[in-house]
Amino acid sequence: MKKIIDFKFFLNGIWKENPILFIMLGLCPVLAVSGSVRDALGMGIAVIFVLTGSNLVVSLIRKIVPSHVRIPVYIVVIATFVTITDYTLAAYSPQIHKNLGVYLPLIVVNCIILGRAEGFASKNNIFNSILDGLGMGIGFTLIIFVISSIREILGNGTFMGKILFTNFNPFLIMIMPPGAFLVIGLLIALKQKIEKGKKIC
Amino acid sequence: MLNETNLFFIFLSAFLINNILLIRFLGLCSFIGISTNIKSSIGMGIAVIFVTVMACSISWVIYHFLLLPFHLEYLRTTTFILTIASFVQFEEMIIRKKLPTLYRAFGIYLPLITTNCAILASAFLGIDYKFSFIQNLVFSLGISSGYCFVIIVFSTIREEIEIAPIPESFKGIPIAFILAALMSLAFLGFKGLFKL
Repeated sequence: MKKIIDFKFFLNGIWKENPILFIMLGLCPVLAVSGSVRDALGMGIAVIFVLTGSNLVVSLIRKIVPSHVRIPVYIVVIATFVTITDYTLAAYSPQIHKNLGVYLPLIVVNCIILGRAEGFASKNNIFNSILDGLGMGIGFTLIIFVISSIREILGNGTFMGKILFTNFNPFLIMIMPPGAFLVIGLLIALKQKIEKGKKIC
Repeated sequence: MLNETNLFFIFLSAFLINNILLIRFLGLCSFIGISTNIKSSIGMGIAVIFVTVMACSISWVIYHFLLLPFHLEYLRTTTFILTIASFVQFEEMIIRKKLPTLYRAFGIYLPLITTNCAILASAFLGIDYKFSFIQNLVFSLGISSGYCFVIIVFSTIREEIEIAPIPESFKGIPIAFILAALMSLAFLGFKGLFKL
């Protein structure tokens, strides 16, 4: 029997089906805004909100949308949530809005969101869809937080804008574009190493 | 101020200095996914050039003649994504009907492009930079040729790396990212070329 609320779906997004490390979807914003922890968290919260909201609405309308027009309908739902986020952020924290720049409206083409709407919310009830949206969003935020911490600490010697070390020679490369590729490459290699270790045991 | 040098700088800046893949990090899903062989990279690259230039021009016209006069700027995201999605569908139908050879060459890449963020991004950036129509056209051509160039170069390196002895944990995606980091480092060198 299928449970109405299943917390398994919440935990799935955080490690087992983590959108960045395992499914490799939605990489662009992760690399682009991970130069500073504050921007990365702003992006993470925006993604959590859009993902949960769109999962909720898609799950509500899943029985009345004809299957051959479902993709355009989902895109309009997602675009609406992205526009809400865009304008809310512009009103309440203009600095982060300015730093995120074009990457904020681009959440609309982020493959995680359409992927979850199509792959999960269109087949499951509202509560599970919300849990899935939250789990995936938090999984995304965790990874973007880790990457941006590494990049900001090594590349700038600061964390959330606070200076950590005195007399520190920062690795400038880390906050520049190549650093992003390098960190995510190493992170995925680490994940493969962990997974392999599990299989042998 | 619209002269030829200006247009040339816009093109070069979009093509090299702010390369969409390596410096702006857009369109990475398809970049990592498709670049495993040269043939499909060429197909994707050409399809992206074609769609970006068309989609950017259409979005520019829609924004300046439909959204701005009626003060509907907040509908930008929704309109652009729908325009691009329906445009790709429409284009696919026309190409299939009129140019079957080209259609076979593009294959599955045409529908995939709808979710490629590089295209939506170039439409947004063209508006944000307040380009005129011609500038926007050159800018989108620069961005998409930059994409095409990098994906083809990258796929040639990746084919070589298939047979190279690399550590077990780095096989597959991780080594691709490390490669992208090195290429991005090379592209960073163009940054001092000029300021736009």
